[in-house]
Amino acid sequence: MMVKKMVKRIWNHPILGEFKPKKQIIFYLDNIEIKAYEGDSIASALWANNIKVFKYSEKYHEPRGLYCAIGLCNSCTMIVEGIPNVRTCIFPVKQGLHVKRSNGR
Amino acid sequence: MSETNKRVLGVNIIGIPTEEEYWNCPGVPSEKRMLKGPVAVIECFQEIPCNVCEDACPFGAIKVGHPITNLPVLDEDKCKGCKLCIPICPGLAIFVVDLSREGEARISLPYEFLPVPSVGEEVDALDRWGRVVAKAKVVQVLYSEKFDKTYIITISVPKKYAFFVRSIKVRR
Amino acid sequence: MKDVYDVAIIGSGPAGLAAAIEVAKHGCKKAVILDENFRPGGQLFKQIHKFFGSKEQYAGIRGFVIGETLMNEAKDLGVEILLRTSVIGLFNSNYDVKTIGIYSHDKGVREIKAKRIIIATGARENVIAFPGWTLPGVMGAGAAQTLMNIYRVLPGERVLMIGSGNVGLIVTYQLLQAGAKVVGIVEAMPKVGGWGVHAAKILRMGVPIFLSHTIKEAIGKEYVEKAVIWEIDRNWKPIKGTEKVFEVDLICLAVGMIPNIELTRMAGCEHIYIKALGGWVPLHNMGMETTVKGVYVAGDVAGVEENSVAIEEGRLAGISCAEALGLIDSKEAVEYKETIWKRLDELRSGPFGEHRKKAKYLILQEYEKRMKT
Repeated sequence: MMVKKMVKRIWNHPILGEFKPKKQIIFYLDNIEIKAYEGDSIASALWANNIKVFKYSEKYHEPRGLYCAIGLCNSCTMIVEGIPNVRTCIFPVKQGLHVKRSNGR
Repeated sequence: MSETNKRVLGVNIIGIPTEEEYWNCPGVPSEKRMLKGPVAVIECFQEIPCNVCEDACPFGAIKVGHPITNLPVLDEDKCKGCKLCIPICPGLAIFVVDLSREGEARISLPYEFLPVPSVGEEVDALDRWGRVVAKAKVVQVLYSEKFDKTYIITISVPKKYAFFVRSIKVRR
Repeated sequence: MKDVYDVAIIGSGPAGLAAAIEVAKHGCKKAVILDENFRPGGQLFKQIHKFFGSKEQYAGIRGFVIGETLMNEAKDLGVEILLRTSVIGLFNSNYDVKTIGIYSHDKGVREIKAKRIIIATGARENVIAFPGWTLPGVMGAGAAQTLMNIYRVLPGERVLMIGSGNVGLIVTYQLLQAGAKVVGIVEAMPKVGGWGVHAAKILRMGVPIFLSHTIKEAIGKEYVEKAVIWEIDRNWKPIKGTEKVFEVDLICLAVGMIPNIELTRMAGCEHIYIKALGGWVPLHNMGMETTVKGVYVAGDVAGVEENSVAIEEGRLAGISCAEALGLIDSKEAVEYKETIWKRLDELRSGPFGEHRKKAKYLILQEYEKRMKT
């Protein structure tokens, strides 16, 4: 079972078989290019690229990230296409999407 | 290192049966039957709602009935040790044990990991606590689409491990 | 633009899909399923293990295969499925035609109308707070499952699992299948919470279960790097000196599920607090109708149980809607409901189900009481 370095994908799985993504997508986090696949959510694409910190809390500047992954906890919110508080775990990636980390509110 | 080294036992405490729970289980055949040849060992000790094994046996050797929380009952004489029940159990709790060979136990178990071992390969044989207790030789690897990704691996271990070894680790 | 549907089903998990199939099977041509995710199927598509139960609930078949089967059946029957559509309001829920406020990213805020609403919004993961719990790398066990099995992303290489209920045990097994190492499962009780077969599966792979232990803290600067656990005594007090440190990059919390009752509250349904079912749950009758006429519930939102129960409750809600719409006569509906309740009673029997069976009968009783006043 292979795990490619730095990009944490499961390429071969005993039940799910081989991972055969259809299309590669490039989107931007704070203007840095991020490689993803069609079908990823913003959150899953960031995790696949070992990016775990999605934002910092308002008062104590603590790192925050993914918790529930299905849109119910608001831990993963980021600024997407200029819109704040978007739940990145249920937002599908799109070519050229711009995502920014929020600092506090 | 681990607290489970305290060897707490009991199906309702840790999921591993005491000797009494084991031999009282209607899905576990007699040792006498295991010495005659391969036979299914249904290690299902708790009343959970499930009856998939009942329909899976082509010889009608497994009965659950109603309510479906009944423990499966094995008819050790009807059972031919064909292994078809191994991959269908959602709890991966069915094995086939064959103690008919001198000094050797052949244990067939469900396997859902990568890599899949090959026939002739030497693997680690693990006990119910995951400790490596012996080296095992893979004597058979069975797979069919009907098993839906669950392989049936048969290993050969020294006979004294017959009631302990229920999983393997491929050393690659 | 306002659409009027016969039935609007909120949630495309097993309960919602089973309900849609039932309603459409009996001739309903205007059923719609609303789901805010961009992938349908609720919990089903991330379940890669074979399910329990009997063949009526697709036992022996892997969760995601059951999901595909249900999805295809619903689509073939002409059920409309609106994804990426959040339900943000339920208005006039006690009218004959109810109004549902929806929001979607591409179409903004809209209203749809439906004669009957089935709320099948499932449940969400509980949390426990401990120092470091907000660090990235601390996530729900279901989230780890979602990453692995839906997105094919390895959530961590060295994992600590908190909670030995069925979710904790099953997700541990799935983490092993995905290639992660699970350093241990932490359980506060002196015994395993889930089924013996699930515990046996991971113990024999070498994953230790630390009974009577709890997590002390998660350590890391920007994300989880270490976890510290310690033993607790019979009064739930941690015992100093029993600390064990693990180097991990993922801590999964499998500490219970809570029904998502926001919409049932919004609709004005009455609820009851039952610990065995996950907390506050809506009251309902045998046909899964709540105290608000025309609003039904099914699945985990009505009590955290299992997929097999969600499918059967979905069928009950679907049948009730079909009956209310005049698509099936009362006699047939009653017979069908009774058959399903017999199956539910069976699914809820045994030591793991008895408390849920009692809870459900309590709900039916309380429903009758409240409806009389």
